[in-house]
Amino acid sequence: MTMTTMMRPTASALLGTTTDGGAAPRPGESLPGAPLRTPVPLAAATTLTMAKAINAGLRQAMLDDPKVVLLGEDIGLLGGVFRVTSDLLAEFGARRVIDTPLAESAIIGTAVGLAYRGYRPVCEIQFDGFIFPGFDQIVSQVAKLHYRSQGRVSMPITIRVPFGGGIGAAEHHSESPEAYFTHTSGLRVIAVSNPQDAYGLIRQAIASDDPVLYFEPKRRYHVKGEVSPELGAPMERAQVVAAGTDVTLLCYGALVTTARDVALAASDDGVSIEVIDLRSLSPVDYETIEASVRKTGRLVITHEAARSGGLGGEIAAVVTERCFDYLEAAPVRVTGFDIPYPPAKLESHHLPDLDRILDGVDRALGRRR
Amino acid sequence: MSESFPGEIPANLLQLVSPDGERMASETADPWLDDVLAADLVGLYQDMVVVRRIDTEATALQRQGELGLWPPLLGQEAAQVGSARALRTDDFVFTSYRENAVAWCRGVGLTDIVRVWRGNAQSGWDPYSVGMATPAIIIGAQTLHATGWALGAQHDGTDSVAVAYFGDGATSEGDVSEALVFAASFQAPVIFFCQNNQWAISEPVGLQSRANLVDRALGFGIPGIRVDGNDVLAVLAATRMALHRARTGGGPTFIEAVTYRMGPHTTADDPTRYRPAAELEQWKAKDPILRLERLLDSLGLLSIELTEQTRGLADAAAAELRAGCIGLPDPEPLTVFDHVFATPNATLDRQRAEYTDYLASFDSTGGKA
Repeated sequence: MTMTTMMRPTASALLGTTTDGGAAPRPGESLPGAPLRTPVPLAAATTLTMAKAINAGLRQAMLDDPKVVLLGEDIGLLGGVFRVTSDLLAEFGARRVIDTPLAESAIIGTAVGLAYRGYRPVCEIQFDGFIFPGFDQIVSQVAKLHYRSQGRVSMPITIRVPFGGGIGAAEHHSESPEAYFTHTSGLRVIAVSNPQDAYGLIRQAIASDDPVLYFEPKRRYHVKGEVSPELGAPMERAQVVAAGTDVTLLCYGALVTTARDVALAASDDGVSIEVIDLRSLSPVDYETIEASVRKTGRLVITHEAARSGGLGGEIAAVVTERCFDYLEAAPVRVTGFDIPYPPAKLESHHLPDLDRILDGVDRALGRRR
Repeated sequence: MSESFPGEIPANLLQLVSPDGERMASETADPWLDDVLAADLVGLYQDMVVVRRIDTEATALQRQGELGLWPPLLGQEAAQVGSARALRTDDFVFTSYRENAVAWCRGVGLTDIVRVWRGNAQSGWDPYSVGMATPAIIIGAQTLHATGWALGAQHDGTDSVAVAYFGDGATSEGDVSEALVFAASFQAPVIFFCQNNQWAISEPVGLQSRANLVDRALGFGIPGIRVDGNDVLAVLAATRMALHRARTGGGPTFIEAVTYRMGPHTTADDPTRYRPAAELEQWKAKDPILRLERLLDSLGLLSIELTEQTRGLADAAAAELRAGCIGLPDPEPLTVFDHVFATPNATLDRQRAEYTDYLASFDSTGGKA
């Protein structure tokens, strides 16, 4: 774009002029001195933990685009409390891996300003329960600026959030706040479940011109898996991770592993479960879900987040609206309770596990009420 | 504090033109105005007269039902014009909703200034064509955006500066404190330009702070300037000092421009319910335009020709504003879905399609087909 900024003319010959005649850059305009970039792909397929897979994805995104910068608490020398940003400070320097003061609203709010100037900020929120001080900037600014500006200002901001329970942590360290964000227009919401997706989807999230909430299931950070330098399926698509014919089981994040175990256990009992990893929580890939439910006629949805007002209720409503004639039973939700996250010694009661999900499957099959 | 000392001007205030129009010497400030010539004074005067006329016209348009709301700047012309005319085109301003004179100086179209208040769009202009972000209605949020933009400018190696405009009420918001922390930590090239207009709707500044607002800056490690906000030359000088500091790597500055909101908070407000009439009278004596007129007169510049020419400019701006406002076409219904996302979104696309069909189901008389 070459549109020049013009301040309003004034009677004054002095005021309102510029020393260089230039305007502040629009995003996408190249600036003098932007470094050349040499993509160094992840070397073929490697076995990585999810934490290291995200790290590799961040690194690749930073190599691909000098406008990608990271902001967060303890992300520099320490590499983040989960070490997801390990070694990136040494490689990219303090201007691109920014250890911030402890202020979540500022982490998000300064990312908005950086995005205004054409940057692609990636914010790390240290723990799920710490996102709320930044909630206003996310909901009122990040999510709305593209709409407010009629498409003139993009917010290509990725907000990484370790989420979910199962690690025996203190309060505010085990929450599942995703529904607040799926209820907010203007945001994309992703939850990853395995190292390969973690790698591909962090790169897709950063490349997206829309803001993305990227939820990382912290109890799976250290689970290993094969990771190839592929982006994988588009981030808005769900994936069938186990094919089946009797019941559709929807899950995301840490519970994908549990749901696959459920499918294995149920198969011993002669029940064929189709497990779908949602991946994208907003927008939800209803096409994939509907195709499965039309086949199975039964739907179970599981998440760690509280039931009321949760994603499961919305999906159940949509599937009921669109697949009513195919359903053999009412959709079943197996979720966390409507309670604040409980103390560590009680979290196993709150979190859906293999037995509770199997119980839900039985209800969907009409075996229990 | 206006509560105890309504209208009193503190001793430590930078003032270059007295309310009587007398030019006062200042060793610190005068060097910053060496290049300000008669034509520049005239330019500043004309800006102020025109924006006051715009304000009057917009208030009239609101009373006539053409605008839903209008936030008048009456009394704050010098604070806004003096600061905005110090800027370069490659600087970027992040304002609240009352900065109509800043918008004027940046070159925002008159119709674009009222587009929001007529309810046609959530913002009026292309931020990149005028170096001015979409105004923030959430109080104080924009101070973080300015800080982030300034970080980007710093990283880009430019000497462009971000300016955050906010009011005395905003200083109580957490975002403003967080912005000051971040700006200080990273020595970001940003100016915090606080227009202390004494009132946050009905709350006097004494409720926000027991100390002068500028004194807060020091606690954050940021130098502050307290300036007579009704003295356009003092504001120009103060802003130039802060710009120089920012451009030369000296980091942020906090400017408290002590001014007065002579009108209501918005056209929906009634200040007679909470504000003594005597206070308004005291501030009328310090009217920023009257003061500059007296200075121009003492310099032999306030000719009948100038007065008439200026009135002509103001009337022309008012006529353009009125015609532009009334001529704004209502937005098309389906544009309600536009620009929520920068990328395609299946969920929203479906809602748009459903509403399109719904609208199409009405016959040409508006009845159900």
